[in-house]
Amino acid sequence: MCDTCGCSQPGDAVTFRKPGEGHEHNHHHHDHGHDHAHDHDHDHHHHHEPASRTLAVEQDLLQRNNALAERNRGWFEAKGILALNLVSSPGSGKTTLLERTIADLGGELDFAVIEGDQQTLNDAERIAATGAPVLQVNTGHGCHLDAEMIKRATRDLGVAEGAVLMIENVGNLVCPALFDLGEAAKVVIISVTEGDDKPQKYPTMFAAADLCLINKTDLLPYVDFDVDACEAHARAVNPRLEFVRLSATKGEGMDAWYAWLRTRRADVGR
Amino acid sequence: MHEMSIAMNLVQIAVEQAQSAGVGRINRLDVEIGSLAGVEIAALSFCYESARKGTLCDEAELAIIEIPGRGRCAACATETDVDFFVAFCPGCGGGLEIVRGRELRLKSLNVD
Repeated sequence: MCDTCGCSQPGDAVTFRKPGEGHEHNHHHHDHGHDHAHDHDHDHHHHHEPASRTLAVEQDLLQRNNALAERNRGWFEAKGILALNLVSSPGSGKTTLLERTIADLGGELDFAVIEGDQQTLNDAERIAATGAPVLQVNTGHGCHLDAEMIKRATRDLGVAEGAVLMIENVGNLVCPALFDLGEAAKVVIISVTEGDDKPQKYPTMFAAADLCLINKTDLLPYVDFDVDACEAHARAVNPRLEFVRLSATKGEGMDAWYAWLRTRRADVGR
Repeated sequence: MHEMSIAMNLVQIAVEQAQSAGVGRINRLDVEIGSLAGVEIAALSFCYESARKGTLCDEAELAIIEIPGRGRCAACATETDVDFFVAFCPGCGGGLEIVRGRELRLKSLNVD
């Protein structure tokens, strides 16, 4: 049962909603490709039983997602849109970071946001309050956003040419690493309350990222977090990873993040 | 877990391939999974049991071919078995390029 309006749509359907849409929302069933195998091959009457044979396939299991992601990527580049995939554990401060970024740079850059969570419109409502266009994808039981969801969400949202599209992925340091969305870059966010060995424990995500934001630096006096050690652990799995240390709530260190954003946006499609 | 998405993709690809080849029954799916692919084999098998229900793969066995990781040193051309995507050459210490172990592929179907 849908938790928003109590309709009989199963709670695990993927949905795409804008804040304030009330009871109007699209239930989108992700294509599971379930076919019913009722047919047996009636037409082949051989005088002997056909032997089993091997049908070569040689197809990558992520090919469909990767192909869709490349289409998304091409579309973003053609429109001059900087699409960023923000990944982290739940609670690192992604949404607060976006609120601060949009508040500070909203006069200079167009922003659009796709929010991803299992349930609720909470994050999309926070972004809506900044004035930026936003769409919430609820994945139901799903643990990551994928390229098809981004294609649909981008279309429903209507992203302006030249905009910065922030995709706030489902809070999860494991699964999103495997699913290309068509982004220009992955930004991994870690907060100082999480433990400086995070990059060692979740190497796949740190290896896949282009930029690492270390958030909540205002809390450093209260926690045992060695920022240099954290960066060293991350560089061990990704020597090209760049770092910015900041506090989204206090506004410390944000300039370096903004400089990176501006540079990346200027470079879209190059 | 993401293995469910992957299992569903696997079933979808197998069914599409079987249908376009006019196959009557799928007996087995031969799947290559590299040790560095980021996929947990037990989880994939578990999810496959659920994903295959009601499809042409309903009775099909999942045969997983595990592919070990292998790295090659660009500097001295030495190849070594690796179990992590960051690895260094035992000969000269240079970073290894991963040449095997990232596979996530439906190799073939055994069909009637």
